[in-house]
Amino acid sequence: MLEIKVLGVGCTNCVNLEKLCREVVAENNIEANIQKVTDFKEIAGFGVMSTPGLVINGTVVISGKLPTKSTLIHWIMNALAEEETK
Amino acid sequence: MKNKSLIPFILLPVWFVLYNYLQPITDYFVDSFLGMEKGSHLTESIRFFIFEVPKVMLLLTLIVFVVGIIRSYFSPERTRKILGGKKLFVGNVLASLLGIVTPFCSCSAIPLFLGFVESGVPLGVTFSFLIAAPMINEVALVLLFGLFGWKTALLYMSTGLIIAIISGYIIGRLKLERYVEEWVYQVKAGRLDVEEEKNPFSERITAGTGAVKEIVSKVWIYVVIGIGVGAGIHGYVPENFMAGLMGKSAWWSVPVAVIIGIPMYSNAAGIIPIVQALLEKGASLGTVLAFMMSVIGLSLPETIILRKVLKLRLIFTFVGIVAMGIIIVGYIFNFIF
Repeated sequence: MLEIKVLGVGCTNCVNLEKLCREVVAENNIEANIQKVTDFKEIAGFGVMSTPGLVINGTVVISGKLPTKSTLIHWIMNALAEEETK
Repeated sequence: MKNKSLIPFILLPVWFVLYNYLQPITDYFVDSFLGMEKGSHLTESIRFFIFEVPKVMLLLTLIVFVVGIIRSYFSPERTRKILGGKKLFVGNVLASLLGIVTPFCSCSAIPLFLGFVESGVPLGVTFSFLIAAPMINEVALVLLFGLFGWKTALLYMSTGLIIAIISGYIIGRLKLERYVEEWVYQVKAGRLDVEEEKNPFSERITAGTGAVKEIVSKVWIYVVIGIGVGAGIHGYVPENFMAGLMGKSAWWSVPVAVIIGIPMYSNAAGIIPIVQALLEKGASLGTVLAFMMSVIGLSLPETIILRKVLKLRLIFTFVGIVAMGIIIVGYIFNFIF
């Protein structure tokens, strides 16, 4: 099961990123736990200084901008493949 | 992908033709096509509107595109690395300059503040960044350039920089670290080592077009409304109407403009066209500039966000110092011009 965290407080792109994640996960029938992180301490803990940030299974994959859908799918698929090899 | 990134370059000549022939096209449309009577209030308001909206939108698109490309070379992480451990003054100058080019949104002011402070960027230097980043932005510069000319745009940028440098320096010298909320210093900020990706240039162009889509779609409505109000003032408000209120003779107008400007939160796109029309009716440049800086640079929502990491005393000091700086700039300009 993927752990996906969307880091961000209220900005439009943060909302869009969460939507995009849910969309990708639903469309590809992926089991994932999508969480929105709004606590500044936790966001800073990831080293992210500009929101939105995206963390998949503990790794920050992007900060400060919205990825394209295809890039997001690519990251999620990579994380899935990594999980399987474990 | 590759072909897509060529589109902006094909559009560039179209842009230049449109921009250069905008005045004759507007005149033809208003005088011949609509057949309106020259010189009447309504005609001149409409002419102003029909000319200014496409002009500003054209400028906005081009500049936001270019700035989007420039910004793809900078990131808050990189800026933090450059600023870490820098001494006061040199740090303030660097931070203010980087504030112009680093992508910044007031919604991520807090994570940025935490990241800076935690990695050893001095408080005063951090403030220089936080003052310059919102105040000197591409939208404001485009509108100033488009509606007032390059001299005013340059003046705005350089005085904005000076205010950011000096205010940050003063805040640094005052040693106000104890007025930062305690928890800030306990945060263990992670170190995000963003791989310095070797972006192909085509991807930077995509970043540019992305910025255009994002910013223009957000800002166009303010441009239209702002220019609409400006057009009304342009056509209907008598000459010199503002002279008594916002003119040079009214010494109190500068501080009043700044104080009114602080709680006002409008993006540059909405406020500048209105301000331009006021200038035309006798308001003085210094007062107008001070008003604009105050509206754009000191915003209530941002100070409320900053309250999460700063104690009230530091917030007031910050707003007070910046407001003083803006007032001084206003008086200097009223005195010179």
